[in-house]
Amino acid sequence: MLTTAEMLQMYRTMALITATSDRASAEVKSGSLQSAFYPVRGLEGVCGALSIAVTTEDQLVSTYRSLGDALAKGSNLRGVIAEIYGRSDGVCGGKGGPMHLHDTSVGFMTSTGIVGSGIPIAVGLGIAAQLDGAQRAVVTTFGDGATSIGAFHEGMNMAGLWKLPVVFLCQNNQWGEHTPIAEYAANTDLAGRAQAYGMRTVRVDGFDPVATAEVLRDALARARNGEGPTFVEAVTYRLTGHSGSADYSYMPADELAAALERDPVPSFRRRLLESGAASESDLAAIDAEVVAQVDDAFAFAQASAPPEQDLRYRDVFADTAALAGTGVAL
Amino acid sequence: MTTAAFLSDDAAGAAQTEVMTMAQALNSALHLAMDADSKVLLLGEDVADPIGGVLKISKGLSTKYGRDRVRPTPIAETGIIGAAVGLAMGGYKPIAEIMFMDFTTVCIDQIVNHAAKLRYMSGGHTPVPLTVRTGVGTRRFGAQHAQNLEAWFMHTPGIKVVVPSTAADAKGLLASCIDDPDPCLFVEHFDLVFTQKDEVPVGLHKVPLGKAAVRRPGEHVTVITYGTQVRNAVAAAETLAEQGISAEVIDLRTLVPLDMETVLESVERTRRAVVLHDAHTFCGPGAELAAQITETLWADLLAPVLRLGAGYSPVPFAAGLDFHPTSDDLVAAVHQLMGR
Repeated sequence: MLTTAEMLQMYRTMALITATSDRASAEVKSGSLQSAFYPVRGLEGVCGALSIAVTTEDQLVSTYRSLGDALAKGSNLRGVIAEIYGRSDGVCGGKGGPMHLHDTSVGFMTSTGIVGSGIPIAVGLGIAAQLDGAQRAVVTTFGDGATSIGAFHEGMNMAGLWKLPVVFLCQNNQWGEHTPIAEYAANTDLAGRAQAYGMRTVRVDGFDPVATAEVLRDALARARNGEGPTFVEAVTYRLTGHSGSADYSYMPADELAAALERDPVPSFRRRLLESGAASESDLAAIDAEVVAQVDDAFAFAQASAPPEQDLRYRDVFADTAALAGTGVAL
Repeated sequence: MTTAAFLSDDAAGAAQTEVMTMAQALNSALHLAMDADSKVLLLGEDVADPIGGVLKISKGLSTKYGRDRVRPTPIAETGIIGAAVGLAMGGYKPIAEIMFMDFTTVCIDQIVNHAAKLRYMSGGHTPVPLTVRTGVGTRRFGAQHAQNLEAWFMHTPGIKVVVPSTAADAKGLLASCIDDPDPCLFVEHFDLVFTQKDEVPVGLHKVPLGKAAVRRPGEHVTVITYGTQVRNAVAAAETLAEQGISAEVIDLRTLVPLDMETVLESVERTRRAVVLHDAHTFCGPGAELAAQITETLWADLLAPVLRLGAGYSPVPFAAGLDFHPTSDDLVAAVHQLMGR
């Protein structure tokens, strides 16, 4: 059971993710943000649930659609937005960009632009946690599309084989880029497929943050207790186009309209009001704070300087001297 | 060719040495590294006892250190390197074995997109101290078990590429790779692993990355090479010496970092250079070396820099099909450079 405070915290995170994603999409459209951006609309319930299920010790490996995951893991909004803009104050100093957010200070270990590639990396972090005898779990998020790549199957097999403390959180938004799941998967029962790797599997309504949080808490507790991996299929729906350009032409209008009726933040808001967990003024105050926070973060990012030119060759190797012989002028 | 010609510079001063094969030297390096640091671990297909690796290079390690630290994996190269990347991010020093270099193509995403780039993309927050050990086959394994792919990895910023030619170097360079804060690709050539024997320090031994060795000093021409071709270069230099031509043989030892300083210093003196390797000539490591030498020493050169490498075909199985350069090819190339 979630406490009222936890539900409000979850609402705040979800609202922040919606507002940030929508703002980033708008900035792309206006030309202020010249970048690939992958909106996270539709994933807010899963990310909100994740935010209250993980501890600071837990580690997260995410995908290129990682904005919601980064905020769920507690990464600083100003640093995240500055990174999306490629500015010096970004969490990666501007060298990562929106598809490669990292913030190890909060256990946000990496995010990858190669679909499914984070899964074996999370497995390695899981081996490390197991060898350390640590009370920490590793979560790896990915979309339904990632279940088609070999890396997914290799990683799942290893995690099942070695009973690793990894939670595989499939944010099933029903789309692999522009192709619906039924057109690319021979078996769309993703949890069923995962079961074949000898691990516990759970399917949950990803638009229901409360149910998702309970499932994730259980899976993470089991991982930390040495009970092995869990595959969580959180069923959602992508409420935008694949990328910031927002082409909806390939999405069935009735399907999208039905999903929008269950848009996670407004529906959770109604639920909080109906259950009496929060008043309109409580939620309005949170909404106002979120808007102010997003405005502040975008203003901060836009004012942040680009990285200095002399940083270009820093961090290729630990020691820049290793670049000797490559013809690089240092 | 004498054993002494292959003595590593760094081994020369070591107190206690023993003649070892490259396989024994590698095994010794692994034992000592695992002994010295509990964070060092090995993972790969068949690496545990009783097999101890298909080439027996990890023999005895799992018996001594357990299967948590010497972990036999499924046949899943992407999974192996991905897990090794995660382990490195989790504070370990993993050594991942990819049995044949050809199989790095299966996991090249994890090597080039993840291991090599994470430090950079994270703005320095995510180092990946990973060593990938891989073998290059001989022609009797055919086209999918014998490719020299080092140029692919040299072309990827963020990963070091190391190719030893002596047993002592194999031990010392592997130790350096394991301790290195960056990902390293360590290439073991099967033609050398069992036949190359030389004096190897018995205890901990390190050879620094990025420092070429002059295997034979000379005055008229510089031969720049590495790995198996060092043998051919030294043999050719002996033939050339009988003909009155003095060839300097440089063993690069590491391709990244690349010791251009030693190369350029030598070519500035000899004014002639030939680059020799088993990788394809076309877009191979020699192309980079030849270009850099030409760009820097154009006015000093007495002849264009020549490249000798493999032909531009998959590796043929039949021994009768010429493919890798021989010592005779090198002698002929040097004659061409000398205008004879």
